[in-house]
Amino acid sequence: WGFVVTRHVMRQLTTCCLPQQEPSLYTVKAVLILDNDGERLYAKYYDDTYPTVKEQKAFEKNIFNKTHRTDSEIALLEGLTVVYKSNIDLYFYVIGSSHENELMLMSVLNCLFDSLSQMLRKNVEKRALLENMEGLFLAVDEIVDGGVILESDPQQVVHRVALRGDDVPLTEQTVTQVLQSAKEQIKWSLLR
Amino acid sequence: MIKKFDKKDEESGSGSNPFQHLEKSAVLQEARIFNETPINPRRCLHILTKIIYLLNQGEHFGTTEATEAFFAMTRLFQSNDQTLRRMCYLTIKEMANISEDVIIVTSSLTKDMTGKEDVYRGPAIRALCRITDTTMLQAIERYMKQAIVDKVPSVSSSALVSSLHMVKMSYDVVKRWVNEAQEAASSDNIMVQYHALGLLYHLRKNDRLAVSKMLNKFTKSGLKSPFAYCMLIRIASRLLEETEGGHDSPLFDFIESCLRNKHEMVVYEAASAIVHMPNCTARELAPAVSVLQLFCSSPKAALRYAAVRTLNKVAMKHPSAVTACNLDLENLITDSNRSIATLAITTLLKTGSESSVDRLMKQISSFVSEISDEFKVVVVQAISALCQKYPRKHSVMMNFLSNMLRDDGGFEYKRAIVDCIIGIIEENPESKETGLAHLCEFIEDCEHTVLATKILHLLGREGPRTPSPSKYIRFIFNRVVLESEAVRAAAVSALAKFGAQNDDLLPSVLVLMQRCMMDSDDEVRDRATFYMNVLQQKQKALNAAYIFNGLSVSIPGLEKSLHQYTLEPSEKPFDMKTVPLATTPITEQKTEMAPVASSKLPEKLAPSRQDIYQEQLAAIPEFQGLGPLFKSSEPVQLTEAETEYVVRCIKHTFANHMVFQFDCTNTLNDQLLQKVVVQMEPSEAYEVVQYVPAASLPYSQPGSCYCLVRLPEDDPTAVSCTFSCTMKYLVRDCDPNTGEPDDDGYDDEYVLEDLEVTVADHIQKVLKPNFAAAWEEVGDEFEKEETFALSSVRTLDEAVGNIISFLGMQPCERSDKVPENKNSHVLFLAGVFRGGHDVLVRSRLALADGVTMQVTVRSGEETVVDVILASVG
Repeated sequence: WGFVVTRHVMRQLTTCCLPQQEPSLYTVKAVLILDNDGERLYAKYYDDTYPTVKEQKAFEKNIFNKTHRTDSEIALLEGLTVVYKSNIDLYFYVIGSSHENELMLMSVLNCLFDSLSQMLRKNVEKRALLENMEGLFLAVDEIVDGGVILESDPQQVVHRVALRGDDVPLTEQTVTQVLQSAKEQIKWSLLR
Repeated sequence: MIKKFDKKDEESGSGSNPFQHLEKSAVLQEARIFNETPINPRRCLHILTKIIYLLNQGEHFGTTEATEAFFAMTRLFQSNDQTLRRMCYLTIKEMANISEDVIIVTSSLTKDMTGKEDVYRGPAIRALCRITDTTMLQAIERYMKQAIVDKVPSVSSSALVSSLHMVKMSYDVVKRWVNEAQEAASSDNIMVQYHALGLLYHLRKNDRLAVSKMLNKFTKSGLKSPFAYCMLIRIASRLLEETEGGHDSPLFDFIESCLRNKHEMVVYEAASAIVHMPNCTARELAPAVSVLQLFCSSPKAALRYAAVRTLNKVAMKHPSAVTACNLDLENLITDSNRSIATLAITTLLKTGSESSVDRLMKQISSFVSEISDEFKVVVVQAISALCQKYPRKHSVMMNFLSNMLRDDGGFEYKRAIVDCIIGIIEENPESKETGLAHLCEFIEDCEHTVLATKILHLLGREGPRTPSPSKYIRFIFNRVVLESEAVRAAAVSALAKFGAQNDDLLPSVLVLMQRCMMDSDDEVRDRATFYMNVLQQKQKALNAAYIFNGLSVSIPGLEKSLHQYTLEPSEKPFDMKTVPLATTPITEQKTEMAPVASSKLPEKLAPSRQDIYQEQLAAIPEFQGLGPLFKSSEPVQLTEAETEYVVRCIKHTFANHMVFQFDCTNTLNDQLLQKVVVQMEPSEAYEVVQYVPAASLPYSQPGSCYCLVRLPEDDPTAVSCTFSCTMKYLVRDCDPNTGEPDDDGYDDEYVLEDLEVTVADHIQKVLKPNFAAAWEEVGDEFEKEETFALSSVRTLDEAVGNIISFLGMQPCERSDKVPENKNSHVLFLAGVFRGGHDVLVRSRLALADGVTMQVTVRSGEETVVDVILASVG
């Protein structure tokens, strides 16, 4: 009587048996954005963990069911670490192996969210996002390349995405933001 | 304007999502405007966005339509609209695998990558590398090298990351860029630093010396990027593991110093690296544990999660190191993130005292239904560890487990519970009946074939020996009526065991078997017919051989032997004794239950270690005709660690010969060894037949040489022997940097430690699930008995351990575990002696002043019995 081995089981086994992974820059397995019905608005998978669209959608469904009612930021699902964040009607996910440094994944998630927040002028909601899909595509492309974290600073990302001149916002809001972050930095340097 | 208009149009039709009802064909139709002059950037941009959106939704594009759209898109390079151009790059990357002839954009991309617009250069490099192959890569090599050292960070990063992606395909080209990557590593930009380090490591990872130099350089110079620090920590801990470096190494110091880094990410990475190191002492763990303790009260959920998950791992091996954090963990029990709460509770279960168990279990059952399967498995693992620690708590645990078993959950979760219950049953005989009852109830409604068959197998093994075996029959026969083929077949096998063990149940079992013989499935019918016939003979020996204890041969080995037999037809019937034995499945008697889900499957998937040796040895012409490999020993070290040459020996036993395999490693980088042999001088009548030298042994590349020895035929009882070993070889000095050897060499030798061959090398472990039946099967024709006094042994545990390791036989019926506070114990051992003779040992131990041992040996062959007794005495 043998065992049936699903890919899922295998992943769990490898997670149990190989505590030491090869050091590598490949950190992110997927970046997802779902709406409040759990429908995919954006999904980028960087390796073969879920090779077919069917498996991907099943995974997204599972992830949404397990996370949309809580605001707990992090979970372990199907042997993978999932960090997430929601805002109004959007759910942002960054997925990595269960061995990955959770804080690295978190920095990707924060960078994505903050970049979009600037690009959408703090209007991080489905409607605004859909009107700026090209901005989203370009931003993710600047943050993660083939699973490698390319940039983690939202300012840099927004700068590089450089939407058309008349769209680049230097409104009051961004000025206050700059001031705010300067204040923060001063506060921290005083505390230290 | 047109874009706005479009959108309004769509919004009125399809609610809030302008992309919702996109038709692929309509979008591709729209893409025709790419060909219009002048180009309308806004409209084209919108259409490209739609195409990428569709691809992103998983829409399938045929090659022809994709290629058509791709070629139309290439025209958009004529526009100077920045966003449009960037979207073209994205389209190229998305379509690289679905469209044909994507390389036609090479020159456009090369132009952008070397052009003046910094916004274009980085993305253009990444798009270009996506469509480039090894030959084309050489054409752009010059540009790549320049881009890597470019002063614009986005350009340099893009070039480095793209190079990293290309390493898999074009290692030889990319490795020529090491100097550029080196220069990039000293960049001021943190991401460039990180990417350069990653690329350098990938190019050098197979050269330990280079990695170590690189680490040395960067740990001294210091880096600015926290990401790069994390990478350095990983590289350092890997190198430590590979070189088995002690914790006094500078690498360990480096990792420890990172615990004081100002970035939490780095601190956590360092703590996690230390926790995952093998053989860490409590003192070395302490600083890592205390930073994790601080993280437990962080406002960031991810950090709390990371900390408690890592502490949970520490608690598995060093519960006492974590007790200092108990208070912090208690605070996390009510964390709103259930994953964190679960991890905190399971950690506490490992570190806390017996008295806190009930309270924690109550807490966890309040939300066990809310957590994901992964964490339910973590809970089950904690319970199983707990049962080992506090056997008295098993009834509480069993109750909890049976409730969990009734809940919804996936396969892994259910399997973990079943494994845990089986573990408890095996540890605590008094819990057997309750445990079996829960499992019976579970298989009444179990959708997982694997689990059902596993439980049926267990019922067949344990059920017949309980006080009232008849109550299990109903559960088993229900399976025959209701389930799939695999389960029905397993049920038939289980039934047969009840019939074989219990005479009063035999008539009813035979009636049930009769019904199974009319099953629609071949396998079920075959099994039923076979068991029916065996059972009707009513012979204990037959029952033992064919019902209780199945075949103990290696399945791949059997396949190979049968194939061989069909190739060379002969009059002689096929002899099962020529088939190599299966190396004992550890699963049956595994005592360590901690990582429930791990370590069970890998053995089943990979060919066993012995099968691999069999293949390797069969490939050496000198060892033809030795017959099947009977046993391979664990490696024996013949040198101290840290010597010039490292040699270990694996003893391979055949029917009349032994082959000694010496795995040698030369750790001197200024020497090349050639014609290496290990010369062996036996103390007994063993005859060295032949040496097979290792032709050459360059620095740090392991090589093997062999020695073939004939076992003494005239005295079959001479099973143990000591060999003195000397390694002989030709030395050629060489340049440590280039590895270029001198022309001349000189002979030299190196004395190794003595090698012992013992009785254990002649016996292969075989598990007899039902020892009593096997004992009857072999019979008492050649039974011999002797009594010994083991004066130097103080406890029964110690005596049992000594006997098992000395004879190298398989303990059966869990008799290797001595119950506490007992003065006597019976140990059952089973094995097969070289040549294929079953041998069984029953050893009664009594503890008085020292241990008295009465050994009874049975075998089908008299000499084997003599050998065993002679070696014990």
